[in-house]
Amino acid sequence: MDLFGDYTLRLVALGSAILGATSGALGSFAYLRRQSLLGDAVSHAALPGIVLAFMLTGSKVPLVLMLGAGLAGWIGTLAVRLVVRRSRVPYDSALGIVLAVFFGVGLVLLTHLQKQPESAQAGLESFLFGQAASLLKRDVVAMAVLGAAALTILVLLWKEFKILSFDSDFAASIGLPVRRLDGLLTLLLVVAIIIGLQTVGVVLMSAMIVAPGAAARQWSRRLAPMVVTAALIGVTSGVAGSLLSSYVPRLPTGPTIVLVLSVIVVVSLLLAPGRGLLWRSLKIASLRTVPDLDPVLMHLYALSHQHPDDPDHGHPVAVIRTMSLPGANIDAALEGLASRGLAERTPGGGWAPTAIGRREAQRIIDREAGEGP
Amino acid sequence: MSPEIQIVLIAVITAAASAIPGTYLVLRRTALVSDAISHAILPGIVVAFFLTHDLNSPLLLVSAAATGVLTVFLIEALIRSRLVPEDASIGLVFPALFSIGVILISRYAGNVHLDTDSVLLGELALAPFDQLVIAGVQLGPRALWTMGAILALNLVVVGLAWKELKLATVDPGLAALLGFSPVAIHYTLMAMVSITAVGAFDAVGSILVVALMIAPPATAYLLVDRFAPMLSVGVAVAAACAVLGYGLAYAFDVSIAGSMATMCGAVFTAALLLAPRRGLVAQARRRSSQRLDLGLRMLLVHLLHHQETETEAEECRMPGLHRHLQWSETRTRQVVREAEARKLVSRSGDLLYATSDGRVVADIALIGESE
Repeated sequence: MDLFGDYTLRLVALGSAILGATSGALGSFAYLRRQSLLGDAVSHAALPGIVLAFMLTGSKVPLVLMLGAGLAGWIGTLAVRLVVRRSRVPYDSALGIVLAVFFGVGLVLLTHLQKQPESAQAGLESFLFGQAASLLKRDVVAMAVLGAAALTILVLLWKEFKILSFDSDFAASIGLPVRRLDGLLTLLLVVAIIIGLQTVGVVLMSAMIVAPGAAARQWSRRLAPMVVTAALIGVTSGVAGSLLSSYVPRLPTGPTIVLVLSVIVVVSLLLAPGRGLLWRSLKIASLRTVPDLDPVLMHLYALSHQHPDDPDHGHPVAVIRTMSLPGANIDAALEGLASRGLAERTPGGGWAPTAIGRREAQRIIDREAGEGP
Repeated sequence: MSPEIQIVLIAVITAAASAIPGTYLVLRRTALVSDAISHAILPGIVVAFFLTHDLNSPLLLVSAAATGVLTVFLIEALIRSRLVPEDASIGLVFPALFSIGVILISRYAGNVHLDTDSVLLGELALAPFDQLVIAGVQLGPRALWTMGAILALNLVVVGLAWKELKLATVDPGLAALLGFSPVAIHYTLMAMVSITAVGAFDAVGSILVVALMIAPPATAYLLVDRFAPMLSVGVAVAAACAVLGYGLAYAFDVSIAGSMATMCGAVFTAALLLAPRRGLVAQARRRSSQRLDLGLRMLLVHLLHHQETETEAEECRMPGLHRHLQWSETRTRQVVREAEARKLVSRSGDLLYATSDGRVVADIALIGESE
């Protein structure tokens, strides 16, 4: 199968790659700054901007629609900020209100357009769930220009954004213009969102912001690798999802990309080295199967009493095994005792407790006797 | 009953039913859980529909509500794993579930009237066509009965668990201390949110449920301080938004659900601006009157300081006064005018004097009130 031979498919793949890279990279910052849900509000808030831009200009030139989307999204973030700072309505309620109300206004405008005779609004609906197949060359060019601009700013102000994201008080104390940087980073997030709207749709765009960062965070503890990984994850899922939806009929692009992304997130949560859930449960299991040293030491001690004049008399492993519970890992326990200096291998190939081991065993017996009734 | 009245009635009941759990969500700072639940119940509805092939089966309600509770459980499991922060957990769970729902619909439900548009927009305008008929008797639109039952259910739950819900919302620590299980209360609330979202989903779609659940209680939060009034004002605001929204939709022939959300936004904005004590206008007014008071006091202290000394002619003369106070000319004129109006300052020619009332103000500013 010639995956990239077809012109449309190449275009779709390229567009999705741009979208994945920008939303992955900028989404990482949103993720770290606990702004994951701001993306949700911004992408919904963009809808009235798209429709208004079309109503005012009558054109579907991507840059015009993106400008409208960006303006509306940006106003949405300002509205959230105003409500949070000047009233006692909490942040999450402010996000919810902006999200739903802006979207509602967008729907009103969209249905108004649909009722118009000779309406040329066809295609605006694809902004709801996204339609990768509708990408044209001019769309991809616009996406590339905006994405390149956003990523360039990110690289140029990398150090500042990094300090801002991890310790904004410190950033302020060394004289960085924290509020302006904060505004700029939010603006870049808005740009990343509007890049993806046509492909993924306003409803699910927020997942493109949250998920790559969340997955990448599992694999890296450092910012630069995390951002690069997130961008790669974004590219992979964007391309895979939009190609799938171009091939399979009646498979909407946005949901497909989000599902691919969700699978990557689940895999990351399970497998990430050192912190993944699978890793964690393996560790707990290995803690459970660590051999219990005490009983084996007691057996060795008991056996050593059979040879009071020859404390170093060795006993074969098989003897100790018959004394122990079935399934106990005797070899590992003996090695563990040896590494602690409590038992040693005798020249005859058997095992015997060391002097320290005998003292330790006696101590355990005394202690348990003391606890007895 | 004409179809219009039926629609308005359904809208009002839906809005009122939504505002009840919404009040708790706003106060508990978990408003966006409503967003998560209203999206994530979609696969529950779709799967139940595939099983029953009946959009009106009560199994849809049950299955969707269960999915909603499952969503909350998944979000909390993610938070507990401590691999992702809370906001990202919400943002990871619901898009995944919603995507599954949308894909199932567009792949397998092609021609039934369960389509992606109605998921987002709701079908309030069509509600009157779906009448509940029992034993051949038309009993009114089915949605009216469903939402009415949900509203009643919410009222009963809130009535029965009034004290518990209120305490767990206002002071979860104290609630736990007094032996109320926060988990049980939390899941009761989440079940209420889920059931309400499922019912409202039909009428207004998944996104606008959020507007109805959050905006009216948040509006009430700006207007009143106590819990019970906040709940009732929230319900009243929601009902008003529903009526106004229908009016807007009727006038311009646009989406009813969108209009209702727009009205929720308009009413919230109005409250944000005009609320008696907390509104932006009241805040601005308070600030400007404080600024004026401060100006008056500074002016009087300045006059008193120089009055009857040789600097008087220079320091208390009207043109040029602003330089000594280091104010703009406009502000100086404004403060002097106000001082004269309040008879704190009198004028002879260009020279300003503090009156006896003015001296009292300056004394209080300098040494504080004697009592």
